[in-house]
Amino acid sequence: MKLTIIAVICLMLSIVIVSCQSEQELEFKRYYTSGKSIYQQKCQNCHSAKGEGLSGLIPPLNDVGYLKKNKSALACMVKYGINETIITINGKSYEGAMPATDLAPIEVAQVITYVTNSFGNKQGITTSEQVDADLQKCK
Amino acid sequence: MKKLTGAILIILLYTACKFTTADQPKLPIFGNRDAVTKMVNGKEVTDTVYQTIPDFKFVNQYGDSITNKSLNGYVYVADFFFTTCPSICPIMHRNMLNVYKEYKSVSDFKIISHSIDPKHDSVAVLKKYADKLGIKGNSWWLLQGKKEETYQLGEKSYLVSVKEDSGTPGGYVHQGWFVLVDKQKRVRGYYDGTDEKQVTKLIGDIKILLAETNTTIAQ
Repeated sequence: MKLTIIAVICLMLSIVIVSCQSEQELEFKRYYTSGKSIYQQKCQNCHSAKGEGLSGLIPPLNDVGYLKKNKSALACMVKYGINETIITINGKSYEGAMPATDLAPIEVAQVITYVTNSFGNKQGITTSEQVDADLQKCK
Repeated sequence: MKKLTGAILIILLYTACKFTTADQPKLPIFGNRDAVTKMVNGKEVTDTVYQTIPDFKFVNQYGDSITNKSLNGYVYVADFFFTTCPSICPIMHRNMLNVYKEYKSVSDFKIISHSIDPKHDSVAVLKKYADKLGIKGNSWWLLQGKKEETYQLGEKSYLVSVKEDSGTPGGYVHQGWFVLVDKQKRVRGYYDGTDEKQVTKLIGDIKILLAETNTTIAQ
C-alpha cells in the first residue's frame, strides 16, 4: 500500500517537473520564433541571415564573448540604436550609427532571445521583464 | 527518291536543331532603339542603333576623375548606393562582394557604385567605406559627383529610379538593381541586388558577356 502511494507521488512529481520544463521550453520557442521574424524584418539586411555582418562596415553577431559580456546593454542598443560610437569586437573596431527601432519591450526581448541563441550563441531566454529593467538603465 | 529527300530533310532538321543548341546563350539588349538608314557604297542600309550610356564625369574613391571613356573596353556592373544607407545597401554590397571576389582579377571587368548622397559621401568617406568593405585596386570604383548628373544617369540611362525623399529611412528612394553593361555601353541585364539567387545569375551572365565581346573583337 505504502509503496503504491510513494509510486503515485513520484509519478505526479515527475509529471509536474516535465510539464514545467516543457512550459519553459515552449516559452523559449515562442520568443525565439517571434524574434526570428523581427530579426528578418529589422536586422537582417545589415547583419545578414547568418549574423556575419559586412566586412569591416557592420559588426557581426556571432562573437559569443561580446554578446555575453554586453548582454544587459543589448536592449538599449536595439531600442535606441547606436550613435556613431566605436564598438570593438574581437579586436576589430566598427564605427557608425545603428538606427533606433520602434519595437515594444516584448519584441526587443524576442529579438534578443533570437540573436543570443543563434550564430553560435547559446544564452537562453531574455524575458520582457529583463528588457524592462535593462531599458531603465539606458544612457 | 522520296525516301531519300525525306531522309535528307530529317538530317537537315536535326543538324539545324543541333546548331542552335550549340550556340552560346545570348543576353538581351535593353533600352530604346532606333532604326537608322545610311548610304553605304551607294546602297541604302538600315541599321539598329541601341541606347547607350552617355558621357559622364565623376570622381572615384582615390580622387581620380572618371568619365565614360574610363570604361571603354570594359564589361561593367553599376549600382546606386550611399554609405549611410540603413536599408538595402548593406545586403546589396554583401552580394556585390561575391561578384567582386569572382572577377577582381579579370582585366576587362569593373564594378561602379554611384553614391546618390555626394554631399555626405566625399572622396575621403568613400575611401574609408572601400577600406572597411575590404576592396582594393581599381576593379571596384565608388563614384561621386554632381547629384543631378547621378540622378539623371540613373533614370534616363540605367533606367532605375533614384530620388530624394525625406519620408523613407535614410532619406533617399532607390532600387537595388545591379545593371550589367557591355563593352558597347549597352544595358544587357538587370538583377535584384538584394536577392542572392539573382546575383548568382549575374555572375554567370558576366561570363557570357565577356565571352561574347571577346569573340566579336576577334572577328
